[in-house]
Amino acid sequence: MNASPQTVRILRPARPWFILISLLLALFLNLLPTRQWVFMPDWVMLALCFWSMREWRIFGMGYAFSLGLVMDVANGAALGQHALAYVLLHYAAASLSRRILQFPLKQQSLHVLPLFFGVTAVQILIRLVAGSDFPGWREFISPLVAALLWMPVAFLLIAPQYRPDERDDNRPI
Amino acid sequence: MSALEQTPPPFFRRGPAPLAVLIFYAALSVALFVLDMRFHALGLLRQGISIVTDPLQRMAQSPLRLASDGMDYFRTINALREDNRAHQAARLRAAPDLARLAQLEAENAHLRRLLALRERDRVSGQAASILYAARDPFSRRVYLDKGMQHGLRQGQPVIDDAGIIGQVTQVFPFSAEVTLLTDKDQAVPVQILRTGQRSVTFGLGNGQMELRHMPVNADVEVGDELVTSGLDGIYPSGFPVATVTQVERDSAYAFARILVVPRAAVESHGMVMALDYRPDMEPRPPEAKENAGQNAPVPRRRTRAGRAANP
Repeated sequence: MNASPQTVRILRPARPWFILISLLLALFLNLLPTRQWVFMPDWVMLALCFWSMREWRIFGMGYAFSLGLVMDVANGAALGQHALAYVLLHYAAASLSRRILQFPLKQQSLHVLPLFFGVTAVQILIRLVAGSDFPGWREFISPLVAALLWMPVAFLLIAPQYRPDERDDNRPI
Repeated sequence: MSALEQTPPPFFRRGPAPLAVLIFYAALSVALFVLDMRFHALGLLRQGISIVTDPLQRMAQSPLRLASDGMDYFRTINALREDNRAHQAARLRAAPDLARLAQLEAENAHLRRLLALRERDRVSGQAASILYAARDPFSRRVYLDKGMQHGLRQGQPVIDDAGIIGQVTQVFPFSAEVTLLTDKDQAVPVQILRTGQRSVTFGLGNGQMELRHMPVNADVEVGDELVTSGLDGIYPSGFPVATVTQVERDSAYAFARILVVPRAAVESHGMVMALDYRPDMEPRPPEAKENAGQNAPVPRRRTRAGRAANP
């Protein structure tokens, strides 16, 4: 759909079931027992940012909201904490997508970095308002790692749309 | 909206404006947040969503579980022998105390009857294992592998082999959430074993706890043992809670700053026991009845019980 100047090819449309599976996989990765590692990125945030940038027509804000609620329950966080952050991320990513998608992947990761910082900041701010203690600056390591991972993740998620139109048995992929 | 004379043809329809959708969902999130944090009123919604997330959670934990099971399988027979020997030695060391326990209990019951005191309740429990710790960096909670279906209820105290680790604060169909002692403002009424003085510990949220509202000249020393006082009617009396690690007396403040660390391995995984302890008590202390509407049926933070326990 979104052909950037770098890619002369026109992408195939994303399949809804692929979006769903990638989000489920991200959720599963988030639930792995990796709480002790501060550098673990929020995989759901990564996948959500990608799809809300590319496919905001299919992947609406309601999906971001429900994913946020699921994350809240799974993490034992306050209900609405992730939901608010994800909904804001969806809005920002969808409205900035026209600009961000013009850049190659490397520069895109610089553009999504402030969005990811925003997701963490929104969650910390809403908890501070509710009377929690500041959990420390270490929380901002994980969005940084997420932005670094933007390139491989985006490449993997866009790969199925690069499929050629007709199947060629001699072609490896 | 009224400025548009005609609606666009259906194939250009894009739904409501993104900003409107954003405002709707953001307001909904904030409303849910306030309802959850302030009024603890969304237990049912949480339970509903947990039916979806629970199998995923268990699946995600299984690699770790498999790895640890595999390690167990490949442990050498020497290590097992060592373990066995250590357990036998520990049992032998505890044997004299255990042998005297029955006699002491009988004696205690007799003395209590002589003094016309109420007899102590016997405590039974249900073993469970910790599935995983919550990822939320703002709170200290763990999840047990048993829930409503196994008879767990909100408010039950949870112990491990060394002492109290926390309290069941939310029960899901197949799991339960335990708020640890070290969670911010989680309160436990305690008694200093050496002096018998009563107080309340509060979690600080960073793995430590603190004894609040103790005067500067209070008789507290580093190394003092704290046990539950049982005044709240939730935690049975006499269970080890924490050890005093630091006492700061500054006469500029009205209260001493006393830091304690929990006795139990509060923040590590393992087997725990949820106690079925429910003495016959009034549902609420008398002074709490007039503003009963503000309190949840099982007080989550239990500061009111804490204040009542403070001498």
